Amino acid sequence: MSLLEIKDLTQLFSGLCAVSELNLSLDERELVGLIGPNGAGKTTVFNIVSGYYQPSQGDIRFQGQSLAGLKPHKVSALGISRTFQNIRLWKEMSVLDNILVAQHYNLGYGLGGLFFRTPRYLKREKDIRHHAMELLEIFKIDKYAEEKPSNLPYGMQRKVEIVRALSADPKLLLLDEPAAGLQATDVSELIELIRWVFEQFDLTIWMIEHQMKVVMSLCSRISVIDFGRLIATGTPEEIQQNHEVIKAYLGDDQI
Amino acid sequence: MKRLCVPILLFLLLSLLMGLAYFEVIDLYIQTIILFMGINIITSTSLNLVNGNMGEFSCGHAGFIAVGAYVSSVLSVALFTKSKIFGAPLLPPELAAYGFPFVLICGGIASALTGLLIAIPSFRTRDDYLAIITIAANYIIITAIINIDKIGGARGFMGMKRVIFAMEECAEIPWMVLWVFVFTVLTVIIIRRYMTSTYGKGVEAIRQDEVAAEIMSVNTNRIKLVTFMISSGLAGIAGGLYAHAVGYVNPKSFDILKSTEALVMVYLGGMGSITGSILSAVIFTLLLELLRPLQIIKWVAIPLLLIIIMQFRPEGIMGHRELSDIFPKLKKFYKFK
Repeated sequence: MSLLEIKDLTQLFSGLCAVSELNLSLDERELVGLIGPNGAGKTTVFNIVSGYYQPSQGDIRFQGQSLAGLKPHKVSALGISRTFQNIRLWKEMSVLDNILVAQHYNLGYGLGGLFFRTPRYLKREKDIRHHAMELLEIFKIDKYAEEKPSNLPYGMQRKVEIVRALSADPKLLLLDEPAAGLQATDVSELIELIRWVFEQFDLTIWMIEHQMKVVMSLCSRISVIDFGRLIATGTPEEIQQNHEVIKAYLGDDQI
Repeated sequence: MKRLCVPILLFLLLSLLMGLAYFEVIDLYIQTIILFMGINIITSTSLNLVNGNMGEFSCGHAGFIAVGAYVSSVLSVALFTKSKIFGAPLLPPELAAYGFPFVLICGGIASALTGLLIAIPSFRTRDDYLAIITIAANYIIITAIINIDKIGGARGFMGMKRVIFAMEECAEIPWMVLWVFVFTVLTVIIIRRYMTSTYGKGVEAIRQDEVAAEIMSVNTNRIKLVTFMISSGLAGIAGGLYAHAVGYVNPKSFDILKSTEALVMVYLGGMGSITGSILSAVIFTLLLELLRPLQIIKWVAIPLLLIIIMQFRPEGIMGHRELSDIFPKLKKFYKFK
């Protein structure tokens, strides 16, 4: 059974068709790319999958369960986590607090426990903190735990955002242009990081990326969309040869 | 040592205040100012939760104070004293001293429920709209009180002094100093526990990026409701204390001007800072008394002060920092974050 199944997905924004009849499925333990020219509707697809938009038509199933009508926080509790194109960390909170807040799906205590500081509450808070610190250590950013994200270099902020997404223990990780705005050296580091994450964690990674170097070297399968339509899907080699894709990116050579 | 330091200090302060009041070293005027300080601390820290930490803009805090004041006043007068409206006391007046905190909490719960009623429709809209809705709610509450003749209407409601006398029958101590102190400390503890928990950090996340918060598994609607209810509930307790400290409530004293006072305290102290709100509540109370000789010009001087602060220090006295951030040595004794 596939992990994520998108069926006849259509998204209309007051008449504008951002995504049209998209069919796509992801298997478990896959590293898949989603590419397409600017404005093709890639981020819209991610926004629908993470529950931020409700699709106009079609259905999305995650591990067999329909995501229709679920709010984003419910979707992320099911195991879909994501990063954003323009980093959206909480900038005035410490890096550690950023990770902590992402644990809201699994706090395990109620307001009563919070105000009376019951043993259960104290234990859960300790566990959550421990889990967060552990992750920061794995990614060797524990020395920035008390730092505010805005004081970190851009590449490091990307890393923190990926760690925050991972901290929710996702089955599906959506990366929205992880290489955007990074310098060349940082990009090769990012490729290594994503590969490492994919090997170490039991998850499927689906990423949008414009830098072909990143997509071609990481993804085993790539889907291409243009004007909200799926125009091709296949291995990196197949995609590079695909006539439709070349046309979408470079235009028709018949002119 | 670190754990005991603050409780011991608070206990000493309470005994000092109670002692001074009991042996009449400080007169009733000074006592009232001290009571107002405590009440204002509750008002500003609770409003700070919504305006400072959550980043919403609630302008009708006085409405919740009014609900708490009236509910707890009516309850305590009906339960513990003989009055024209409610007749004989429903409970023996000797119980007043012990029943008083429950009456206050009832006022708080009533306020929290009112807060819930207002929050549900208002959080479907955003930012400025909450400001408008809360101002409207403030007026609705005031107008409702004015039109309920049974509780005095526009004339106000009194009889709470008799509740205090009933408490003093039980033991001759300055009860109001005790209760204001206890509830002020409780308020600060509640807010601090809330904001230092991972759950409460979701409130900060909502202020900084609500979309990211919702997508990173924070149930934003629920947290907003809970936070708003805590804030309005605590305001209700402040109202109950105010009503019993003054002994008389009037709907006019909870109008938009009172809400503005609460806002001034929050912005003066610094958004999102508990110690800032406490500090500014104390300063503001003192300032109001010091400027009393100016009479009506007072209301020119205080807004002017606000304008000056916004010009030169828009983040307020503390501005999202706690006292222990500014003086790190204090962390040896307590930590606020």
